[in-house]
Amino acid sequence: MATPFYVSPEQMMKDRAEYARKGIARGRALVAVEFAHGVVFVSENPSRSLYKTSEIYDRIGFAAVGRYNEFESMRVAGIRLADVKGYQYAREDVTAKSLANAYSQALGAIFMGAEAKPYEVELLIAEVDGDEDAARHELYHILYDGSIVDESRFVAIGGETEPLSEVLESRWEPELDRDAAVRLCVAALGETAGRDVAPDRLEVSGLDSTRSRRRFFRLRDRELATALDAG
Amino acid sequence: MTPEEPTAHLPRLFDAGSSSFVAALRQQAPDAVPPILNGPLPPELRSQLVDGTTVLAVVARDGVVIAGDRRATAGHVISRGDMRKVFPADDSSAIAISGAAGPAMELARVFATELEHYEKVEGEPLSLEGRSNKLAGLVRAHLPLAMQGLVVVPLFAGVDQRTGDRGIFEYDPVGGRYRATDCAATGSGALSARTTLKRLADPDAEIGTAIRTAVEALFNAAEEDSATGGPDLIRRIYPIVAVIDQDGYRELDDEEVAGHVEAVIDTLRR
Repeated sequence: MATPFYVSPEQMMKDRAEYARKGIARGRALVAVEFAHGVVFVSENPSRSLYKTSEIYDRIGFAAVGRYNEFESMRVAGIRLADVKGYQYAREDVTAKSLANAYSQALGAIFMGAEAKPYEVELLIAEVDGDEDAARHELYHILYDGSIVDESRFVAIGGETEPLSEVLESRWEPELDRDAAVRLCVAALGETAGRDVAPDRLEVSGLDSTRSRRRFFRLRDRELATALDAG
Repeated sequence: MTPEEPTAHLPRLFDAGSSSFVAALRQQAPDAVPPILNGPLPPELRSQLVDGTTVLAVVARDGVVIAGDRRATAGHVISRGDMRKVFPADDSSAIAISGAAGPAMELARVFATELEHYEKVEGEPLSLEGRSNKLAGLVRAHLPLAMQGLVVVPLFAGVDQRTGDRGIFEYDPVGGRYRATDCAATGSGALSARTTLKRLADPDAEIGTAIRTAVEALFNAAEEDSATGGPDLIRRIYPIVAVIDQDGYRELDDEEVAGHVEAVIDTLRR
Protein backbone atom coordinates (compact mmCIF):
# COMPACT_ATOMS: atom_id res chain seq x y z
CA MET A 1 0.00 0.00 0.00
CA ALA A 2 1.35 3.40 -0.94
CA THR A 3 1.85 5.96 1.83
CA PRO A 4 -0.74 8.76 1.45
CA PHE A 5 0.59 12.21 0.70
CA TYR A 6 0.68 14.68 3.54
CA VAL A 7 -2.10 17.26 3.25
CA SER A 8 -2.06 20.16 5.70
CA PRO A 9 -5.26 20.60 7.76
CA GLU A 10 -5.78 24.07 6.29
CA GLN A 11 -5.64 22.70 2.77
CA MET A 12 -7.95 19.82 3.63
CA MET A 13 -10.60 22.11 5.11
CA LYS A 14 -10.29 24.45 2.16
CA ASP A 15 -10.74 21.59 -0.27
CA ARG A 16 -13.73 20.22 1.58
CA ALA A 17 -15.36 23.65 1.79
CA GLU A 18 -14.80 24.27 -1.90
CA TYR A 19 -16.26 20.89 -2.73
CA ALA A 20 -19.39 21.54 -0.68
CA ARG A 21 -19.80 25.11 -1.94
CA LYS A 22 -19.56 24.02 -5.57
CA GLY A 23 -22.13 21.28 -5.06
CA ILE A 24 -24.57 23.69 -3.43
CA ALA A 25 -24.04 26.43 -6.04
CA ARG A 26 -25.03 24.02 -8.82
CA GLY A 27 -28.59 23.84 -7.48
CA ARG A 28 -31.29 26.46 -7.57
CA ALA A 29 -31.71 29.00 -4.81
CA LEU A 30 -34.42 29.14 -2.19
CA VAL A 31 -35.68 32.31 -0.56
CA ALA A 32 -37.37 32.72 2.78
CA VAL A 33 -39.15 35.96 3.63
CA GLU A 34 -40.80 37.02 6.85
CA PHE A 35 -44.28 38.44 6.64
CA ALA A 36 -46.60 39.85 9.29
CA HIS A 37 -47.77 36.46 10.57
CA GLY A 38 -45.05 34.05 9.56
CA VAL A 39 -42.46 33.01 7.04
CA VAL A 40 -42.74 31.88 3.41
CA PHE A 41 -40.29 29.61 1.57
CA VAL A 42 -40.21 29.93 -2.22
CA SER A 43 -38.00 28.06 -4.65
CA GLU A 44 -37.98 26.89 -8.21
CA ASN A 45 -38.58 23.16 -8.11
CA PRO A 46 -39.67 21.29 -11.22
CA SER A 47 -40.65 18.24 -9.16
CA ARG A 48 -44.21 18.00 -7.91
CA SER A 49 -43.41 15.55 -5.15
CA LEU A 50 -39.74 15.79 -4.17
CA TYR A 51 -39.92 18.79 -1.91
CA LYS A 52 -37.22 21.03 -0.51
CA THR A 53 -39.36 22.25 2.36
CA SER A 54 -41.20 20.38 5.06
CA GLU A 55 -43.10 20.58 8.28
CA ILE A 56 -41.00 19.58 11.28
CA TYR A 57 -43.27 20.35 14.20
CA ASP A 58 -46.21 22.53 15.16
CA ARG A 59 -44.39 25.85 14.79
CA ILE A 60 -41.22 24.73 13.02
CA GLY A 61 -40.51 24.45 9.31
CA PHE A 62 -37.54 23.17 7.33
CA ALA A 63 -36.12 24.28 4.00
CA ALA A 64 -33.02 23.02 2.25
CA VAL A 65 -30.96 23.28 -0.91
CA GLY A 66 -28.28 21.01 -2.24
CA ARG A 67 -28.14 17.28 -2.61
CA TYR A 68 -31.59 15.76 -2.15
CA ASN A 69 -30.62 12.45 -0.53
CA GLU A 70 -28.52 14.27 2.05
CA PHE A 71 -31.04 16.89 3.15
CA GLU A 72 -33.88 14.37 3.03
CA SER A 73 -32.21 12.21 5.67
CA MET A 74 -31.51 15.34 7.75
CA ARG A 75 -35.17 16.34 7.43
CA VAL A 76 -36.36 12.96 8.72
CA ALA A 77 -33.83 13.06 11.56
CA GLY A 78 -35.19 16.49 12.54
CA ILE A 79 -38.78 15.27 12.58
CA ARG A 80 -37.70 12.35 14.76
CA LEU A 81 -35.87 14.55 17.22
CA ALA A 82 -38.80 16.96 17.43
CA ASP A 83 -41.43 14.24 17.87
CA VAL A 84 -39.42 12.34 20.48
CA LYS A 85 -38.84 15.57 22.44
CA GLY A 86 -42.44 16.70 22.17
CA TYR A 87 -43.63 13.30 23.34
CA GLN A 88 -41.29 13.19 26.33
CA TYR A 89 -41.84 16.78 27.44
CA ALA A 90 -44.51 19.06 25.99
CA ARG A 91 -45.29 20.33 22.53
CA GLU A 92 -44.22 23.90 23.36
CA ASP A 93 -40.81 22.68 24.55
CA VAL A 94 -39.77 21.79 21.01
CA THR A 95 -37.85 24.79 19.69
CA ALA A 96 -36.16 25.71 16.45
CA LYS A 97 -33.07 26.79 18.38
CA SER A 98 -32.31 23.36 19.79
CA LEU A 99 -33.10 21.73 16.47
CA ALA A 100 -30.82 24.16 14.63
CA ASN A 101 -28.07 23.38 17.12
CA ALA A 102 -28.48 19.66 16.51
CA TYR A 103 -28.22 20.21 12.74
CA SER A 104 -25.23 22.45 13.20
CA GLN A 105 -23.43 19.84 15.34
CA ALA A 106 -24.19 17.07 12.87
CA LEU A 107 -23.12 19.04 9.77
CA GLY A 108 -20.02 20.29 11.60
CA ALA A 109 -18.94 16.78 12.54
CA ILE A 110 -19.59 15.49 9.03
CA PHE A 111 -17.59 18.38 7.56
CA MET A 112 -14.68 17.72 9.90
CA GLY A 113 -14.23 14.31 8.38
CA ALA A 114 -16.57 11.87 10.03
CA GLU A 115 -17.87 11.07 6.56
CA ALA A 116 -15.92 10.51 3.36
CA LYS A 117 -17.10 13.87 2.02
CA PRO A 118 -18.90 16.88 3.47
CA TYR A 119 -22.65 17.16 2.94
CA GLU A 120 -23.54 19.50 0.09
CA VAL A 121 -26.51 21.08 1.82
CA GLU A 122 -27.64 24.35 3.33
CA LEU A 123 -30.57 24.33 5.72
CA LEU A 124 -33.05 26.85 7.06
CA ILE A 125 -35.00 26.20 10.23
CA ALA A 126 -37.83 28.62 10.89
CA GLU A 127 -40.08 29.02 13.87
CA VAL A 128 -43.12 31.24 14.25
CA ASP A 129 -44.48 32.12 17.62
CA GLY A 130 -47.02 34.38 19.21
CA ASP A 131 -50.35 35.41 17.75
CA GLU A 132 -51.69 38.07 15.42
CA ASP A 133 -50.75 40.96 17.70
CA ALA A 134 -47.26 39.96 18.75
CA ALA A 135 -45.61 37.75 16.15
CA ARG A 136 -42.09 36.50 16.82
CA HIS A 137 -40.16 34.70 14.12
CA GLU A 138 -36.83 32.90 14.20
CA LEU A 139 -34.78 31.93 11.16
CA TYR A 140 -31.64 29.81 11.48
CA HIS A 141 -29.40 29.36 8.48
CA ILE A 142 -27.07 26.36 8.80
CA LEU A 143 -24.21 25.96 6.35
CA TYR A 144 -22.47 22.83 5.07
CA ASP A 145 -19.68 23.19 7.66
CA GLY A 146 -22.07 23.50 10.60
CA SER A 147 -21.79 27.25 11.00
CA ILE A 148 -25.07 28.74 12.03
CA VAL A 149 -26.42 32.22 11.35
CA ASP A 150 -29.45 33.77 12.98
CA GLU A 151 -31.20 35.59 10.12
CA SER A 152 -34.04 38.06 10.08
CA ARG A 153 -36.37 39.69 7.53
CA PHE A 154 -35.28 37.55 4.56
CA VAL A 155 -32.60 35.12 3.50
CA ALA A 156 -31.56 33.41 0.28
CA ILE A 157 -29.74 30.08 0.28
CA GLY A 158 -28.17 28.00 -2.47
CA GLY A 159 -26.71 29.42 -5.68
CA GLU A 160 -26.90 33.10 -6.75
CA THR A 161 -27.70 34.35 -3.29
CA GLU A 162 -26.09 37.77 -3.63
CA PRO A 163 -28.25 39.19 -6.43
CA LEU A 164 -31.30 37.69 -4.69
CA SER A 165 -30.41 39.37 -1.42
CA GLU A 166 -29.95 42.68 -3.23
CA VAL A 167 -33.41 42.51 -4.77
CA LEU A 168 -34.98 41.49 -1.46
CA GLU A 169 -33.09 44.24 0.40
CA SER A 170 -34.50 46.90 -1.91
CA ARG A 171 -38.10 45.64 -1.86
CA TRP A 172 -38.70 44.02 1.52
CA GLU A 173 -40.86 45.92 3.96
CA PRO A 174 -42.25 45.02 7.36
CA GLU A 175 -45.86 43.87 7.81
CA LEU A 176 -46.21 42.31 4.38
CA ASP A 177 -49.20 40.04 4.03
CA ARG A 178 -48.59 36.41 3.06
CA ASP A 179 -49.45 36.74 -0.61
CA ALA A 180 -47.37 39.89 -1.02
CA ALA A 181 -44.41 38.04 0.52
CA VAL A 182 -44.89 35.18 -1.95
CA ARG A 183 -45.03 37.65 -4.86
CA LEU A 184 -41.88 39.37 -3.63
CA CYS A 185 -40.03 36.04 -3.55
CA VAL A 186 -41.25 35.04 -7.00
CA ALA A 187 -40.28 38.43 -8.43
CA ALA A 188 -36.80 38.17 -6.88
CA LEU A 189 -36.30 34.65 -8.26
CA GLY A 190 -37.51 35.75 -11.71
CA GLU A 191 -35.33 38.85 -11.86
CA THR A 192 -32.23 37.00 -10.79
CA ALA A 193 -32.84 34.21 -13.28
CA GLY A 194 -33.61 36.76 -16.01
CA ARG A 195 -36.88 35.03 -16.95
CA ASP A 196 -40.35 34.43 -15.56
CA VAL A 197 -40.68 31.37 -13.40
CA ALA A 198 -43.86 29.46 -14.29
CA PRO A 199 -46.16 28.80 -11.31
CA ASP A 200 -46.09 25.04 -11.90
CA ARG A 201 -42.33 25.08 -11.32
CA LEU A 202 -42.62 26.86 -7.98
CA GLU A 203 -42.58 25.27 -4.59
CA VAL A 204 -44.28 27.60 -2.12
CA SER A 205 -44.78 26.77 1.52
CA GLY A 206 -44.28 28.34 4.90
CA LEU A 207 -45.45 28.88 8.43
CA ASP A 208 -48.45 30.99 9.37
CA SER A 209 -48.89 31.75 13.07
CA THR A 210 -52.60 32.48 12.62
CA ARG A 211 -53.27 28.83 11.80
CA SER A 212 -54.26 26.47 14.59
CA ARG A 213 -51.74 23.99 16.02
CA ARG A 214 -49.91 22.86 12.87
CA ARG A 215 -48.70 26.13 11.35
CA PHE A 216 -47.07 24.70 8.23
CA PHE A 217 -48.85 25.27 4.93
CA ARG A 218 -48.13 24.50 1.29
CA LEU A 219 -49.64 26.51 -1.56
CA ARG A 220 -50.48 24.49 -4.66
CA ASP A 221 -52.40 24.96 -7.89
CA ARG A 222 -55.41 27.20 -7.28
CA GLU A 223 -54.28 28.56 -3.92
CA LEU A 224 -50.92 29.48 -5.42
CA ALA A 225 -52.53 31.07 -8.48
CA THR A 226 -54.73 33.18 -6.19
CA ALA A 227 -51.73 34.29 -4.15
CA LEU A 228 -49.78 35.25 -7.27
CA ASP A 229 -52.70 37.09 -8.89
CA ALA A 230 -53.78 39.23 -5.95
CA GLY A 231 -52.52 42.73 -5.37
CA MET B 1 -25.91 13.69 18.88
CA THR B 2 -22.56 12.19 19.74
CA PRO B 3 -19.63 13.90 18.06
CA GLU B 4 -18.04 10.60 17.02
CA GLU B 5 -21.12 9.37 15.16
CA PRO B 6 -22.88 12.31 13.54
CA THR B 7 -24.92 10.06 11.27
CA ALA B 8 -26.07 7.70 14.04
CA HIS B 9 -29.52 9.29 14.16
CA LEU B 10 -30.00 9.63 10.43
CA PRO B 11 -32.42 7.12 8.88
CA ARG B 12 -30.84 3.82 7.89
CA LEU B 13 -31.11 2.41 4.38
CA PHE B 14 -34.27 0.48 3.53
CA ASP B 15 -35.48 0.63 7.10
CA ALA B 16 -39.18 -0.30 7.12
CA GLY B 17 -39.57 1.35 10.51
CA SER B 18 -38.13 4.66 9.33
CA SER B 19 -41.55 6.34 9.25
CA SER B 20 -42.55 5.02 12.64
CA PHE B 21 -42.47 7.19 15.73
CA VAL B 22 -42.36 4.23 18.12
CA ALA B 23 -39.32 2.86 16.29
CA ALA B 24 -37.63 6.26 16.64
CA LEU B 25 -38.54 6.39 20.32
CA ARG B 26 -37.07 2.93 20.94
CA GLN B 27 -33.86 4.01 19.27
CA GLN B 28 -33.47 7.50 20.73
CA ALA B 29 -35.17 7.33 24.12
CA PRO B 30 -35.57 3.70 25.16
CA ASP B 31 -36.37 4.82 28.72
CA ALA B 32 -39.58 6.46 27.49
CA VAL B 33 -40.97 3.16 26.19
CA PRO B 34 -43.08 1.45 28.88
CA PRO B 35 -41.10 -1.36 30.49
CA ILE B 36 -42.25 -4.97 30.28
CA LEU B 37 -42.77 -6.32 33.79
CA ASN B 38 -43.12 -9.87 34.93
CA GLY B 39 -45.44 -11.38 37.51
CA PRO B 40 -48.99 -10.60 38.51
CA LEU B 41 -50.17 -7.22 39.70
CA PRO B 42 -50.45 -7.01 43.53
CA PRO B 43 -54.12 -6.74 44.60
CA GLU B 44 -53.56 -3.54 46.63
CA LEU B 45 -52.25 -1.85 43.49
CA ARG B 46 -55.04 -3.31 41.39
CA SER B 47 -57.72 -1.65 43.57
CA GLN B 48 -56.13 1.77 42.98
CA LEU B 49 -56.07 1.51 39.21
CA VAL B 50 -58.41 3.79 37.35
CA ASP B 51 -60.63 2.26 34.69
CA GLY B 52 -62.36 4.07 31.88
CA THR B 53 -65.66 2.65 30.80
CA THR B 54 -68.07 3.02 27.91
CA VAL B 55 -67.18 4.39 24.48
CA LEU B 56 -69.00 3.86 21.19
CA ALA B 57 -69.10 4.87 17.54
CA VAL B 58 -71.86 5.07 14.92
CA VAL B 59 -71.63 5.35 11.14
CA ALA B 60 -73.76 7.98 9.42
CA ARG B 61 -74.25 8.81 5.74
CA ASP B 62 -71.59 11.53 5.62
CA GLY B 63 -69.24 10.46 8.36
CA VAL B 64 -68.89 8.81 11.73
CA VAL B 65 -69.80 9.82 15.27
CA ILE B 66 -67.66 8.72 18.20
CA ALA B 67 -68.60 9.32 21.83
CA GLY B 68 -67.72 8.37 25.38
CA ASP B 69 -69.08 8.87 28.89
CA ARG B 70 -67.05 10.77 31.48
CA ARG B 71 -66.81 8.37 34.42
CA ALA B 72 -63.63 6.71 35.65
CA THR B 73 -63.74 4.11 38.39
CA ALA B 74 -61.16 2.58 40.75
CA GLY B 75 -62.59 -0.65 42.10
CA HIS B 76 -66.01 0.30 43.46
CA VAL B 77 -65.17 3.97 43.82
CA ILE B 78 -65.97 6.61 41.23
CA SER B 79 -62.60 8.27 40.85
CA ARG B 80 -63.43 10.92 38.24
CA GLY B 81 -66.58 12.33 36.77
CA ASP B 82 -64.99 14.37 34.00
CA MET B 83 -62.57 12.05 32.27
CA ARG B 84 -61.91 12.36 28.56
CA LYS B 85 -62.00 9.10 26.62
CA VAL B 86 -62.30 10.40 23.06
CA PHE B 87 -59.19 11.89 21.45
CA PRO B 88 -58.50 13.16 17.96
CA ALA B 89 -55.94 10.82 16.36
CA ASP B 90 -55.37 13.14 13.39
CA ASP B 91 -57.45 15.45 11.20
CA SER B 92 -59.76 12.70 10.01
CA SER B 93 -59.88 10.03 12.68
CA ALA B 94 -60.36 9.60 16.41
CA ILE B 95 -59.50 7.06 19.07
CA ALA B 96 -61.72 6.29 22.05
CA ILE B 97 -60.38 4.27 24.94
CA SER B 98 -61.70 1.94 27.58
CA GLY B 99 -59.90 -0.16 30.17
CA ALA B 100 -56.95 0.76 32.38
CA ALA B 101 -56.97 4.56 32.11
CA GLY B 102 -53.26 5.28 32.46
CA PRO B 103 -51.98 2.97 29.72
CA ALA B 104 -55.03 3.74 27.60
CA MET B 105 -54.42 7.49 27.58
CA GLU B 106 -50.77 6.84 26.82
CA LEU B 107 -51.84 4.63 23.93
CA ALA B 108 -53.99 7.43 22.53
CA ARG B 109 -51.06 9.86 22.76
CA VAL B 110 -48.54 7.51 21.17
CA PHE B 111 -51.01 6.69 18.41
CA ALA B 112 -51.68 10.35 17.58
CA THR B 113 -47.94 11.10 17.56
CA GLU B 114 -47.35 8.05 15.38
CA LEU B 115 -49.87 9.20 12.76
CA GLU B 116 -48.53 12.75 12.66
CA HIS B 117 -44.96 11.45 12.46
CA TYR B 118 -45.79 9.23 9.52
CA GLU B 119 -47.59 12.05 7.75
CA LYS B 120 -44.66 14.43 8.15
CA VAL B 121 -42.00 11.94 7.11
CA GLU B 122 -43.91 10.51 4.14
CA GLY B 123 -45.71 13.69 3.11
CA GLU B 124 -49.03 11.81 2.91
CA PRO B 125 -51.36 10.63 5.67
CA LEU B 126 -51.85 6.89 6.19
CA SER B 127 -54.91 5.24 4.71
CA LEU B 128 -57.73 4.43 7.13
CA GLU B 129 -56.87 0.74 6.88
CA GLY B 130 -53.22 1.54 7.58
CA ARG B 131 -54.08 3.63 10.62
CA SER B 132 -56.28 0.87 12.05
CA ASN B 133 -53.54 -1.72 11.50
CA LYS B 134 -50.99 0.51 13.18
CA LEU B 135 -53.26 0.75 16.22
CA ALA B 136 -53.64 -3.05 16.27
CA GLY B 137 -49.85 -3.28 16.43
CA LEU B 138 -49.72 -0.87 19.37
CA VAL B 139 -52.39 -2.85 21.25
CA ARG B 140 -50.51 -6.08 20.52
CA ALA B 141 -47.27 -4.57 21.86
CA HIS B 142 -49.23 -3.95 25.03
CA LEU B 143 -49.90 -7.67 25.57
CA PRO B 144 -47.53 -8.11 28.57
CA LEU B 145 -49.44 -5.40 30.44
CA ALA B 146 -52.76 -6.98 29.44
CA MET B 147 -51.55 -10.27 30.92
CA GLN B 148 -51.15 -8.49 34.26
CA GLY B 149 -54.70 -7.25 34.13
CA LEU B 150 -54.00 -3.82 32.66
CA VAL B 151 -56.28 -4.36 29.71
CA VAL B 152 -56.68 -1.56 27.17
CA VAL B 153 -59.33 -1.78 24.49
CA PRO B 154 -59.53 1.11 22.04
CA LEU B 155 -62.12 1.97 19.45
CA PHE B 156 -61.00 3.66 16.26
CA ALA B 157 -63.20 5.59 13.84
CA GLY B 158 -62.39 7.75 10.88
CA VAL B 159 -62.87 8.79 7.29
CA ASP B 160 -60.36 8.01 4.56
CA GLN B 161 -59.70 11.38 2.93
CA ARG B 162 -58.72 9.85 -0.39
CA THR B 163 -61.58 7.38 -0.84
CA GLY B 164 -64.24 8.96 1.41
CA ASP B 165 -64.57 5.57 3.09
CA ARG B 166 -66.04 5.73 6.64
CA GLY B 167 -64.94 3.09 9.08
CA ILE B 168 -65.13 1.89 12.66
CA PHE B 169 -62.65 -0.62 14.06
CA GLU B 170 -62.96 -2.61 17.26
CA TYR B 171 -60.06 -4.32 19.01
CA ASP B 172 -59.59 -7.04 21.56
CA PRO B 173 -56.94 -7.01 24.33
CA VAL B 174 -54.44 -9.02 22.29
CA GLY B 175 -54.56 -6.76 19.25
CA GLY B 176 -57.27 -8.44 17.21
CA ARG B 177 -58.82 -5.93 14.83
CA TYR B 178 -62.42 -6.15 13.69
CA ARG B 179 -64.14 -3.82 11.29
CA ALA B 180 -67.64 -2.97 12.48
CA THR B 181 -70.38 -2.57 9.90
CA ASP B 182 -72.38 0.34 11.28
CA CYS B 183 -71.80 0.66 15.01
CA ALA B 184 -69.56 -0.52 17.83
CA ALA B 185 -69.23 -0.13 21.58
CA THR B 186 -66.60 -1.19 24.07
CA GLY B 187 -66.09 -0.98 27.83
CA SER B 188 -68.17 -2.12 30.79
CA GLY B 189 -71.41 -0.57 29.54
CA ALA B 190 -70.94 -1.85 26.00
CA LEU B 191 -73.59 -4.52 26.30
CA SER B 192 -76.49 -2.17 26.99
CA ALA B 193 -75.09 0.50 24.67
CA ARG B 194 -75.03 -2.06 21.89
CA THR B 195 -78.68 -2.92 22.45
CA THR B 196 -79.63 0.69 21.79
CA LEU B 197 -77.20 1.04 18.90
CA LYS B 198 -78.53 -2.06 17.17
CA ARG B 199 -82.03 -0.70 17.38
CA LEU B 200 -81.27 2.83 16.20
CA ALA B 201 -78.07 2.82 14.11
CA ASP B 202 -78.65 3.54 10.45
CA PRO B 203 -75.64 4.04 8.14
CA ASP B 204 -77.76 6.16 5.79
CA ALA B 205 -78.94 8.56 8.49
CA GLU B 206 -77.94 12.22 8.81
CA ILE B 207 -75.09 13.10 11.16
CA GLY B 208 -77.56 14.72 13.58
CA THR B 209 -79.53 11.46 13.89
CA ALA B 210 -76.34 9.51 14.53
CA ILE B 211 -75.33 11.95 17.28
CA ARG B 212 -78.72 11.49 18.91
CA THR B 213 -78.31 7.68 18.67
CA ALA B 214 -74.88 7.88 20.30
CA VAL B 215 -76.14 10.06 23.16
CA GLU B 216 -79.13 7.79 23.74
CA ALA B 217 -76.96 4.66 23.76
CA LEU B 218 -74.64 6.22 26.35
CA PHE B 219 -77.63 7.28 28.42
CA ASN B 220 -79.02 3.74 28.41
CA ALA B 221 -75.61 2.26 29.21
CA ALA B 222 -75.36 4.58 32.23
CA GLU B 223 -78.72 3.35 33.48
CA GLU B 224 -77.70 -0.31 33.31
CA ASP B 225 -74.01 -0.17 34.20
CA SER B 226 -72.71 1.30 37.48
CA ALA B 227 -69.31 2.13 35.98
CA THR B 228 -70.77 4.28 33.19
CA GLY B 229 -71.61 7.87 34.04
CA GLY B 230 -74.78 9.52 32.83
CA PRO B 231 -74.91 13.21 31.91
CA ASP B 232 -74.20 15.28 35.04
CA LEU B 233 -76.92 17.91 34.78
CA ILE B 234 -75.91 19.60 38.04
CA ARG B 235 -72.30 20.30 37.08
CA ARG B 236 -73.08 20.36 33.36
CA ILE B 237 -70.69 17.57 32.47
CA TYR B 238 -71.88 15.90 29.29
CA PRO B 239 -70.54 13.00 27.24
CA ILE B 240 -67.83 13.90 24.76
CA VAL B 241 -69.22 13.56 21.25
CA ALA B 242 -67.10 14.05 18.13
CA VAL B 243 -68.04 14.02 14.45
CA ILE B 244 -65.63 13.07 11.68
CA ASP B 245 -66.68 13.83 8.13
CA GLN B 246 -65.08 15.20 4.95
CA ASP B 247 -64.30 18.45 6.80
CA GLY B 248 -62.34 16.58 9.45
CA TYR B 249 -62.60 16.03 13.19
CA ARG B 250 -64.95 18.27 15.15
CA GLU B 251 -65.98 18.01 18.79
CA LEU B 252 -69.45 19.13 19.75
CA ASP B 253 -69.55 21.86 22.38
CA ASP B 254 -71.39 21.32 25.67
CA GLU B 255 -74.54 23.22 24.62
CA GLU B 256 -74.95 21.10 21.52
CA VAL B 257 -74.55 17.85 23.47
CA ALA B 258 -76.87 19.21 26.19
CA GLY B 259 -79.54 19.74 23.52
CA HIS B 260 -79.33 16.10 22.47
CA VAL B 261 -79.31 14.93 26.10
CA GLU B 262 -82.45 16.99 26.80
CA ALA B 263 -84.15 15.47 23.77
CA VAL B 264 -83.39 11.97 24.99
CA ILE B 265 -84.58 12.78 28.52
CA ASP B 266 -87.83 14.31 27.16
CA THR B 267 -88.83 11.02 25.56
CA LEU B 268 -88.39 9.24 28.90
CA ARG B 269 -90.03 11.81 31.20
CA ARG B 270 -93.48 10.93 32.53
